[in-house]
Amino acid sequence: MDLSVRLGPLTLKNPIIAASGCFGYGVEYADLVDLSSLGAVVVKGLFLAEREGHPAPRIVETPAGMLNAIGLQGIGVYRFVEEKLPELRARGATVIVNVCGTTLDEYVEVSRVLSDAEGVAALELNISCPNIKEGGIQFGCSLNGTYDVVSAVRRATRLPVIPKLTPNVTDVASFARAAEEAGADGVSLVNTFLAMVIDVETRRPKISNIVGGLSGPAIRPIAVRMVYECRQAVKIPILGMGGIADARDAIEFLIAGADAVQVGTANFVDPFIWAKLLDGLSDYLQRHNIARVADLVGTIDTRSQDQEWISS
Amino acid sequence: MPVDVTAVVIANRPLSAAYNVLTLAAPAIAATCTPGQFVMIKAGLTSFDPLLRRPFSVFEVIRDSQGTAAAITILSKRIGPATALIYDARPGEHMACLGPLGRAFSIVEAPIEAWMVAGGVGLAPFATLAEALASRGVQTTLFYGARTGAELFYLDFFRSRGVELVLTTEDGSVGERGRIVAPLERALAARAPSSPVMVYACGPEAMLAATARATQKHGRPCQVSVERVMGCGLGGCYSCVVPMRGDDGLTHNVRSCLAGPVLAADQIVW
Repeated sequence: MDLSVRLGPLTLKNPIIAASGCFGYGVEYADLVDLSSLGAVVVKGLFLAEREGHPAPRIVETPAGMLNAIGLQGIGVYRFVEEKLPELRARGATVIVNVCGTTLDEYVEVSRVLSDAEGVAALELNISCPNIKEGGIQFGCSLNGTYDVVSAVRRATRLPVIPKLTPNVTDVASFARAAEEAGADGVSLVNTFLAMVIDVETRRPKISNIVGGLSGPAIRPIAVRMVYECRQAVKIPILGMGGIADARDAIEFLIAGADAVQVGTANFVDPFIWAKLLDGLSDYLQRHNIARVADLVGTIDTRSQDQEWISS
Repeated sequence: MPVDVTAVVIANRPLSAAYNVLTLAAPAIAATCTPGQFVMIKAGLTSFDPLLRRPFSVFEVIRDSQGTAAAITILSKRIGPATALIYDARPGEHMACLGPLGRAFSIVEAPIEAWMVAGGVGLAPFATLAEALASRGVQTTLFYGARTGAELFYLDFFRSRGVELVLTTEDGSVGERGRIVAPLERALAARAPSSPVMVYACGPEAMLAATARATQKHGRPCQVSVERVMGCGLGGCYSCVVPMRGDDGLTHNVRSCLAGPVLAADQIVW
């Protein structure tokens, strides 16, 4: 059985990827999880400089989900390259770095630093974090902004460029198209949904940033729909995510059109989920006599019951 | 290294309408945890509501008749849906239990005295600490405050391990009326500077901040066990941060799951 997937110039050994912001820099999990067994690890978003992020409380639980506003706390790209990347390489991890910026120039500069480092497989452009005031989602909520960031980074690196799209727009497929036109090698979607929880006793927001991003199983059906829409709109690979909690959920995204999937919030609940996802995926492929996971991608059958009857 | 076990609930003992002590069969965790470490527990294994695990200090390590560590207990206070599941748990039920996690207390040796300062459910890390201190012959005092005398638990446990008790309640029903930091302050002021003491504290944030101020004023070292909303307990989510002064003199948000939960009180920006 062939679990490998191609993301443009990059081949991953399997389609199960740890999502950015939910797996630290990967090294935190290195003693618990065989990092080389994952398709890839997307490390926490990096700016040029260190950032402290928002004050606590930074997360609150919601029905079948959670809201976060971490504020992209991070050690900055230089310290990452020096302190974390060597261990990730030694552990055999396929490293995708989530690239952040408050300006176009910063995206380009962070990308350059990572392109010069050994051991980075691809860049995921974070143009979709809902929790910071400048940059990020400002680019990701404008078609021109998306195009500009992707094409600027495209010119600056030979690494695969994969913008991560926000679902907080009316038509996410048009953003996938803008990314494709700008030369993206793939798109990741979705980032979190902007959301809010209020303590009705104190009438105060439950997190310090007032609003935050909703993730977890609660968002999964919306995310599946968005992946499905993007699959119709672009030819480049799609990294689908949003509330995947088991192998069935991952398979659902693949059928909707994702070439690979990312798993985030579920890792908080079960840090040993990775082997279960891979086993579940293999079982499914075997059960359905599918030799290559790539053959499952985008195989959703939308014929009406009637048509199915006619064709059978 | 932490392990994730599907632990059977062996016993669930209510201490009051809000507090309970839950016993979980988790020998692999019981055998390796040290005082101050914590576990991440999920009751309702397959439920998405609540979705996340909750952090709990390991309260006691239970040994079988051969002396082998067989189970842990947690001291829980019911404050929401997740702790309601912990409160209502029945023997035989399964819970996911990940641990041991985090940095433990640094345990002093005699002749240094140990003063443990606990508020409410903040008693949790001190049962195992008291045993470790007792085994080293360290003279130990527990300053323990609660809202009312009915919420002062496990007093005999500590007495039987040679721990001296100083108690306060907000309603004055047991011990001195008021907050626990008042008698702590007096004890700190009365102590001869040449007699060393290590202060350990766990409880509400205001109590920890007041304890940090008092110990700093009197030049005594203090280790606090902080409680934060935690998403994962493993450093992945960055939700449990505490602002701390770094060696560079600047304030940094530090993940309490990895750097803590036990932190140096004088480095925290209260």
